[in-house]
Amino acid sequence: MIRFSNASKRYPGGQEALSNVSFTIEAGELVFLTGRSGAGKSTLFKLIPVIERATSGSVIVNGQNVSAIKPAAVPFLRRNLGLVFQDQKLLYDRSVFDNVLLPLSFSGFTPREAARRARAALDKVGLSAREKLNPIQLSGGEQQRVAIARAVANRPSVLIADEPTANLDADSAEAILQIFLSFQQVGVTVLIATHDLALIGRSGKRVLKLEQGRLVEGGDPA
Amino acid sequence: MNAWLSQHAQAFRGALRKLAMQRASSLLNVLVIGIALALPAGGYVLLVNLQGVAARFSLEPQMSIFLDAGAKPADREALEKALRTDARVGSFRFVSKEAALAELNKTEGIAEVAAALGQNPLPDSLVARLRENLPPELDALAADLRKRPGVGHVQADSGWARRLAALIEIGRMTVAFVGLLLSTGMIAVTFNTIRLQVLMQREEIEVAKLLGASDSFVRRPFYYVGALQGLAGGGVGLAILAGGLALLNRGVLALSETYGSTFELSFLAPGDALAVAAFASVLGWLGAYLSVSIYLRGIEPSYSP
Repeated sequence: MIRFSNASKRYPGGQEALSNVSFTIEAGELVFLTGRSGAGKSTLFKLIPVIERATSGSVIVNGQNVSAIKPAAVPFLRRNLGLVFQDQKLLYDRSVFDNVLLPLSFSGFTPREAARRARAALDKVGLSAREKLNPIQLSGGEQQRVAIARAVANRPSVLIADEPTANLDADSAEAILQIFLSFQQVGVTVLIATHDLALIGRSGKRVLKLEQGRLVEGGDPA
Repeated sequence: MNAWLSQHAQAFRGALRKLAMQRASSLLNVLVIGIALALPAGGYVLLVNLQGVAARFSLEPQMSIFLDAGAKPADREALEKALRTDARVGSFRFVSKEAALAELNKTEGIAEVAAALGQNPLPDSLVARLRENLPPELDALAADLRKRPGVGHVQADSGWARRLAALIEIGRMTVAFVGLLLSTGMIAVTFNTIRLQVLMQREEIEVAKLLGASDSFVRRPFYYVGALQGLAGGGVGLAILAGGLALLNRGVLALSETYGSTFELSFLAPGDALAVAAFASVLGWLGAYLSVSIYLRGIEPSYSP
């Protein structure tokens, strides 16, 4: 469950990137976040794993107000979130498998259990056969799937993705969408920031729309 | 406990990987640390050996009063009385010439010489322990005693021993100073190594933190790198020291043989050698700790798509 209540974010320098945003995503729901470039999608995305903190209002993730969380607690919050970044942030000095293994290596799993989970995650995104390759050898769509496998390896209850289909052809984008839908079906709460309107239209899911930092569609009634 | 152990095992493997990734510079660092360690450790070994030599001689101020061969018993009694009442003298004992010869015969290589002389060349003497340790006092007392009848020769024989003690003290200070400087150097070597590694692995660190790695998870492998590098450097330092001593001992043994002795420089006691290696490891850890504390603080994951 994700709930923003009057959340605002003002960057040093005075520019307000988000203004009084309020919305609720119920557990197990899949919601799209859309809007033009600069409308505040990335800022909203960053408030959830506390890459940035809200200047006012609250951001509640699974019952915890993360905008007031102690710095020492941030790693534990992030381990319970699946994050998919627009630039993927894969490491190109290691194999696909080791990329997926990374978040499991510091979450207290035994090496055997960590390896098992990494394989399961790669299996879910259909890349089991490619685990020994370097991500650089994969296509853009495949790299995005590696990033998703890494995000879900810890079996988080919340999965958030920033422009996961940017720069992908329609078929690859569709494949990515199907993966997110399959996670929603097993109870994961999913938030996808995107400006791919075709993708949104095909899915028939609820949409949150940002314009100049304000939520103009899909928000909680004021 | 199990998870804790496996995290440390993982950090240890991570450290080995980081070291292996830059094998050449790791080896150079180990060598530099080893050399920097061998110097003060070598100085310390020499001092310990020298102290062993010095300890065989009394460092207490002591004065030997040799009687004339023709001294009368009355002269000796008067002298003993004077020593007994002199405030500068703590205690004294009479050493007859027979006792002196017997004692001399215990010293290596001297027995043959003494036997060759046929008759005892040594005089009777009085050996006094003094309360005062200051050269002017000693000289004044010696001058007083020299004037007495029956006294042949007075020797304040603690002088050279005190000089040796002072030299050892200077040596100790020098070793401590050099050790301090080179320890700082060792910390600096590790500090810089870790700094470069942190900067090179910035991306990996950022991604790991974005995915929920704790600070200690990120820091731990670097600590192991520092400690392992220090430990390896300590081993190399001890090896250099052992090799150097073996080389020196050829000369030392040849020299001491001419004195009829089998003296040679001995290596550090096992406990001391362990302490040297552990110390190097701690310095490496410290260098890593300082470096990581400074350079990791600046790495907070940012995300600007």
